[in-house]
Amino acid sequence: MSYRVSVVSIERCIGCYSCMFACSRFRFGEVSLAKSAIQVKSAGGIERGFVIVVCRACVDPPCVKSCPTGALTPRPGGGVIFNEAKCNSCKSCYEACIVRAVVWDEEKDKPIICRYCGFCTKFCPHNVIVFEPMGRELLV
Amino acid sequence: MINSSLYNVLYIDLTERKYEVQERRDLFEKYLGGAGVAVKLLEEECPKGVDPFSPDNPIILAVGPLTGLYPLASKTVAMFKSPLTGNLGESHAGGRSAVAIRLAGYGAIVIKGSSRTPVYISIFNDQVRIKDATTLWGMRSSYAVGRVLREIEPGAGKRTIMRIGIAGENLVRYANVVVESYRHFGRLGLGAVFGSKKLKAIVIAGTRGVKVYDLKAYMKVYEEIFRSITETGVMSKYHVLGTAENVLPLNAMGALPTRNLMQTRFELAENISGETLAEKYLVRKIACTHCPIGCIHLASLRIAFAPGYEYETLVIPYDYEPIYSLGSMLGIGSAEGLLRLIEKVEGLGLDAISVGVAMAWATEAYQRGLVTDKETMGLRPNWGEDVEVYIRMAEKIARRANEFYSALADGVEVAASKYGGLDFALTCGGNEVPGYHTGPAAIVGFLTGPRHSHLDSAGYSIDQKALRGPMIEEEMVKQIVEEEKFRNVLTSLVICLFARGEYKLEKVVRALEPLGIRTSPEELMKLGAEIQRAKASFKAREGFNPYNMRIAKRFLETPTPLGKLSEERLRDMIRMYIEMAGLKSVYATLD
Ligand code: SF4
Ligand code: SF4
Ligand code: SF4
Repeated sequence: MSYRVSVVSIERCIGCYSCMFACSRFRFGEVSLAKSAIQVKSAGGIERGFVIVVCRACVDPPCVKSCPTGALTPRPGGGVIFNEAKCNSCKSCYEACIVRAVVWDEEKDKPIICRYCGFCTKFCPHNVIVFEPMGRELLV
Repeated sequence: MINSSLYNVLYIDLTERKYEVQERRDLFEKYLGGAGVAVKLLEEECPKGVDPFSPDNPIILAVGPLTGLYPLASKTVAMFKSPLTGNLGESHAGGRSAVAIRLAGYGAIVIKGSSRTPVYISIFNDQVRIKDATTLWGMRSSYAVGRVLREIEPGAGKRTIMRIGIAGENLVRYANVVVESYRHFGRLGLGAVFGSKKLKAIVIAGTRGVKVYDLKAYMKVYEEIFRSITETGVMSKYHVLGTAENVLPLNAMGALPTRNLMQTRFELAENISGETLAEKYLVRKIACTHCPIGCIHLASLRIAFAPGYEYETLVIPYDYEPIYSLGSMLGIGSAEGLLRLIEKVEGLGLDAISVGVAMAWATEAYQRGLVTDKETMGLRPNWGEDVEVYIRMAEKIARRANEFYSALADGVEVAASKYGGLDFALTCGGNEVPGYHTGPAAIVGFLTGPRHSHLDSAGYSIDQKALRGPMIEEEMVKQIVEEEKFRNVLTSLVICLFARGEYKLEKVVRALEPLGIRTSPEELMKLGAEIQRAKASFKAREGFNPYNMRIAKRFLETPTPLGKLSEERLRDMIRMYIEMAGLKSVYATLD
């Protein structure tokens, strides 16, 4: 079963950025808002709340199809696997993902791609995001 | 410590329109950051006896070693010479400010000089730009300024936008700086200092990363603190009702200043309580960056502005302090009226406590005939009877509409010195008083605290302990002194004071260790004492004298839950404070 991070109750988000800091510390070993595969954005003024952008683990991923070097390959069951060695920094995937879940690492000039580890969800104080098997929403 | 970007101090000169970065490892290694570093920079940068509105008065913003790294290390400390009290100006704000400063690559920012035309400062990592703000000057509402800057500046969602309203432009001595629409550098007039420099706003964003010395240990301590904060309920009250939860308990014990402290119980408290606001108006709770609690409560208010089902919907932040100062103090017992007044005051960029206390005094002065329709320009304040009067009054103060409102804009003490009524002009050390008439510890805390705020030493909580079991005055003062030192530690790190229950000294020591900073609880408290002394020295240098502070009669006449206060005892306690805090030599020439 493939897991992914799902945004289940965005209106409960308090905009604490704990999820972003979790990803940056776990995956990049640093504290940063630039290096995180999950992004918190304001929905246009804090009074309107927030938007969480994270990889949806598409079953037929546009980012993969856009990648000219084969650095991105589909993960069985949905989502994508990134092989940095093959990446030529063309930014095609960044453009291809219309939800903007491909974050660009300006320092390395490489995409930041979610690894579906679920670490970020452990730090959401309001269960806005959950780590769940794909297709679970079909079961309820 | 390898995250050395904290040592970077950005110096901006608005007169010369230039900037430079200096490495100040010396300051951060010795004083951690925040309040500790800021007070040292203030000593360095602020010339003795300077006019607070002179270009030479510096604005200092500082964060600390924990900023961005741990939950609730979410505050920025501002220091300056206060145009309200004429001595130490210190004010703290959260929002996105602290993390933005740190991730832009700085530990502190010092702004000096002044511009001839309105400007705003835009900081994005190492790009620092001073930009034209002519079109923003005079804008009716601070909210609108935020909206414009959101469109034109980079870093959406992660940046801080600090700006002043027209109160700051007009040098109202308690004008604030609004941060992210809902947070503030509230007290002591930072907004007026911005205004005097023709500085309308500062936008800061950054994409830098901070590395720690021992990642594994850091992740472990982080997780422990995070779990404790979010799962044990140490902080849940701040999320549930927020600080507004204080309204009913303070009212029940007879400590909620009402109608300029003629009373301490408000018969309409229920209507403006945290419970009522939450049940009827609360629509969203939000957090400062890296705070999993989220104490910011936003109310929504639908107002019909014309016949034909024409509605406007306002989103308004509320907290205990404005409920007190713009609610019970003015006898306003309708939630709708209160929220409308808060919204106005926010938009004008006035400190809610100061302007509320000023208008409460004005109401009493008007009723006693000390001022007439001529001074008030026809406004007839009569406590909660007509909120519209107060909405217009706040506007007139922000615009310094005539001599009377201009005096109010200089602080209630100035107005009362001019028109009479000092006995009921409620300031401590020149700062309008916060809303806790709980007993001697609260008042002594306001009088002795370096910023004359309830946040200096939280005397109100000591009074409440004394209510549960008798406490002698020495003990009260001892607790005030110790609490103030402890808070100096937290505000140097910089930890939100609401998290004081979690960040006990032992925990702070453990949180610092993975960053390569070794210390002990004793050493931290020594630092707290040193900062206490540094603040007092600055105050003394600027002419503050704790021995002859004015104590308004009203504080003594209106009983607290611990009985009536005596001036003599309060002055004794001030002396005890000076003695116990080891500040006798600081104030030696004044005694
Ligand atoms: S990065 Fe975007 S396109 Fe690729 S799998 Fe995730 S959501 Fe789909
Ligand atoms: S699942 Fe893992 S990689 Fe993806 S956003 Fe969360 S922490 Fe980052
Ligand atoms: S951790 Fe949860 S509440 Fe906080 S920003 Fe992320 S999704 Fe929102």
